[in-house]
Amino acid sequence: MTRDKEIVLSVRNLTKAYSAAGEKVSVLRGVNLIVAAGERVALTGESGSGKSTLLHLIAGLDRADGGDIDFAGTPMAGLNEAGLAALRRDRLGLVFQQFSLIPSLNVGDNLAFQSRIAGRNDVAWQTELAQRLGLAGLLDRYPEQLSGGQQQRVAIGRALAVKPLLLLADEPTGNLDETTADNVLALTRDLVARTGCSLLMVTHSNRLAATLDRHVNLSAGLIA
Amino acid sequence: MTRTLWVLAVLLSHWRRHPMQFATLVIGLVSAIALWSGVQALNQQARASYDRAAAAFGGTRTATLVSRSGGTFPQQLFVDLRRAGWPVSPVLEGRIQIDGRSFRLLGIEPVTLPAEVGDTPAIGGDLQSFVMSPGETRVAPETLTELGASEGGSLQASNDMTLPPLRLAARLTPGVLVVDIGIAQQLLKMPGQVSRLLIGKSKGPRASLESVAGDRLRLIKPDAETDLERLTDSFHLNLTAFGLLSFFVGLFIVNSAIGLAFEQRLPMLRTLRACGVSSRQLNAVLLLELVFFALVAGLAGMVVGYLIAAALLPDVAASLRGLYGAQIPGQLSLRPQWWLAGLVISVLGALLAAAASLLKAGRLSVLAAAQPQAWHQAQRRWVMLQGMAALAVFTAALGLLWFGDSLLAGFALLAAILLGAALALPLLLELVLAGGERQARGALAAWFWADSRQQLSGLSLALMALLLALSVNVGVGTMVESFRQTFVSWLDGRLAADVYINAADDAQAKAITAWLRERRDVIAILPGGRAETQFAGAPLEIFGLPDRATYRDRWPLLRSAENSWARLRQGDAAFASEQLARRSKLSIGGAIEVPTPNGDWKIRIVGIYADYGNPNAQIAVNFDALTNHFPTIPRTRIGLRANQAAVPKLMSDLREKFGLDEHSLIDQATLKAESKRIFKRTFSVTAALNAFTLAVAGIALLTSLLTLGNSRLPQLAPLWAIGITRRQLAVIELLKTMSVALVTALLALPLGLLVAWCLIAIVNVKAFGWRLPFHVFPLQLAELLAVAMAASLVAAAIPVLKLARLQPAELIKVFADER
Repeated sequence: MTRDKEIVLSVRNLTKAYSAAGEKVSVLRGVNLIVAAGERVALTGESGSGKSTLLHLIAGLDRADGGDIDFAGTPMAGLNEAGLAALRRDRLGLVFQQFSLIPSLNVGDNLAFQSRIAGRNDVAWQTELAQRLGLAGLLDRYPEQLSGGQQQRVAIGRALAVKPLLLLADEPTGNLDETTADNVLALTRDLVARTGCSLLMVTHSNRLAATLDRHVNLSAGLIA
Repeated sequence: MTRTLWVLAVLLSHWRRHPMQFATLVIGLVSAIALWSGVQALNQQARASYDRAAAAFGGTRTATLVSRSGGTFPQQLFVDLRRAGWPVSPVLEGRIQIDGRSFRLLGIEPVTLPAEVGDTPAIGGDLQSFVMSPGETRVAPETLTELGASEGGSLQASNDMTLPPLRLAARLTPGVLVVDIGIAQQLLKMPGQVSRLLIGKSKGPRASLESVAGDRLRLIKPDAETDLERLTDSFHLNLTAFGLLSFFVGLFIVNSAIGLAFEQRLPMLRTLRACGVSSRQLNAVLLLELVFFALVAGLAGMVVGYLIAAALLPDVAASLRGLYGAQIPGQLSLRPQWWLAGLVISVLGALLAAAASLLKAGRLSVLAAAQPQAWHQAQRRWVMLQGMAALAVFTAALGLLWFGDSLLAGFALLAAILLGAALALPLLLELVLAGGERQARGALAAWFWADSRQQLSGLSLALMALLLALSVNVGVGTMVESFRQTFVSWLDGRLAADVYINAADDAQAKAITAWLRERRDVIAILPGGRAETQFAGAPLEIFGLPDRATYRDRWPLLRSAENSWARLRQGDAAFASEQLARRSKLSIGGAIEVPTPNGDWKIRIVGIYADYGNPNAQIAVNFDALTNHFPTIPRTRIGLRANQAAVPKLMSDLREKFGLDEHSLIDQATLKAESKRIFKRTFSVTAALNAFTLAVAGIALLTSLLTLGNSRLPQLAPLWAIGITRRQLAVIELLKTMSVALVTALLALPLGLLVAWCLIAIVNVKAFGWRLPFHVFPLQLAELLAVAMAASLVAAAIPVLKLARLQPAELIKVFADER
């Protein structure tokens, strides 16, 4: 499947353990994963299986105990804190279950925020995003004045405004009802296709996972 | 750069959405800087005045030659020294009465005046018109106003001599009249006499001092610190202490505002990091934001500080005049250093207040999740740590109490007690609230105490501010009231005569005395006089007490030897003022030796008396002994004992017969009232600073409650959901605030009394040389407690009203998924 396409993400033998109540708990025990350019991958697994941990490691929010992550040919282990920040800023888009919008900025500013700090503020693209996400009439509102679905659409817009190579989404529909979740995911798929970026989405829902190109399951710290 | 600005814009957007929090931050910074910079402006103004006084014609900044006997010496010595190569210039100094008021008259010789002294702007103007007949009398603008005269006008001294026309010298010390030395010799009736010789810095061959003047003259080296600076150090230290207290209370507000903003901005900071803002950049921008606020608010604080200083200056000037005789001009002039120092202190203060938040931001993990229980445990650890720090500070305070023997150690002890108490407060409150929780019956009561404990960490800084402000108020209030009570009873004893006369000269005094002897309504005529001499290198005033029952019965002695009055009569004994006794470690039975025109005078100390308000060392001797040793002192002061009913008539007759005005004739009641008025004014600055500090503490409590109020909804919403009305919730919140404020205020009372004891038993003794009796004033304590509770009620009322009027929708949001 990925043989003919350029590889955006390569994860090899990734391990990660945490200490809990004095005991070492291995969350990831040697995960291998490859995501090709433009590919949309769903990552499923039971609660506590390590899905979010894997996503955080890929996003450079945390460090692995062992193994390698190459992002667009760059080994992430060799990047320092500033390098990881630059990678997130310029080449990654992150969407969280809790939306993580900036409450003191209005929708317009939240949408433009990451692209501004990345120095790639494309107003035309933001306008298109706002329209496609149904946010054009809400640009002056603040996050607290939006519904959950609207807030998540702003979060997706912010992540895509920078035209990332890879969009990492951690349970983006976990806080939404079924209809809204379907709408949000459909929009995400369209926009990912429009930008040509890859998508790695953590979800509990096999139904939603089935709508993406590939479905991988994380179980007992390993991808089956 | 653009990235930095974007991040800054995002951080600033938080304040735009939380204007109350922003106002809190600004109010905190402005409060911290305002009183601090105001006090610094006052100190700077006063010190500049001391410098002016010191630089003017041979103050302590210039090396001088003075007579060994402490009196004047012949001008011929000046001529001999000049001829021997000494770059000396003569000065004659004395006091002159004009319209019943006493002024310092300085006679100078401008041609030989050393360049470094002559360079003072005081001399300025046309030298020729100063030395040529009729000459000039140089005065400061303040003196001109005091004299009620205008430039060019001439004044008549009480000895009927006319002074040269007045000429303004803008930077001259107020209260000083400067004339040519020849004119001064005539006015003071001291022909050919000189008080001291100023020594210029020019080098050259010169004969030894002894070969020219023998042992008649003594060299006094220039001093880096002026007498006034030394004397007033404690006053300025007191002002600085208040400024510092307000500064720290203000910083508590800043700390509270920044701490809360940090907690509220945590998700934003994490999002910024997740979006690719590096930790270093985020911290740099947080720092930039803080420095920017500190500069802007600091500037505003300094403007407020300037206004405070301008408002307080008249009272500070009156205090310094009343306590130390220092003359401070009534107009504030500020140097660029003041502005710069204010901005620097504002930035440093803001950094100090925000240090904990900045450190947390520096260590912020992008993935850290909220851990309320862990946070609670951390808070408990922090309270324990504070308790241990309090113990360490109290131990240091004990060390200072045991080993400290200076004014600075006294202030350090005060600071340690206050700091220790502030650090111990959260632990004490925690213990009280935990006790309440254990005793609570019913779910709501249990929640009341448990929630109060949880709220404590957010309120503890504001409560510390309240504790400090209130205890300082109690301490200073008790000290001032103790002083007032002591001062009033001391005045009753000290002002033994019913009428006081200050005759124009000895001849008039003799005429008045002769006239009074004929009056039946006069019970006793009490002659008085004072002489100036030196003891242990410092000025000493010798006060003459006539051997009369009036004094023997009423003069307030703190300690005395047996038959002290009888021994005083013999002429070789004295009572020493308390400040002299403490400073020179003199005790009953000790002896001192002072120079007099008739040679050295050995005097044994047979008593020690209180001499409140006098900065100079003083001894009281028998009046006849004084006039024997100082035959030339003016004998113009007369006290009268008279029948009370006859006093008004006696005074009007004296006025009519001898042309005495209100400056040279005063009755005991008026003098007492005037003394009390000066006393009140002296402490009005303290009262104002007290009020400012308490107000700032009130603001700290208000801002803490307002900012806390916003984060209280998740705690209150469940109670509302289970059936407690918003009004009930508001009442509970009010009760909680008032209960912790009450416990704090009750703790502040004994702490304040401890502060008062330190002020009375340590700081006052070191600063002024007198020890006051310690009194407790329960009514005053009750009043302060009521004021503190009223301030707490006002502070708590706004957030509580806000809560009572809260829309249900706001409470529902707590349970909504979106939150």
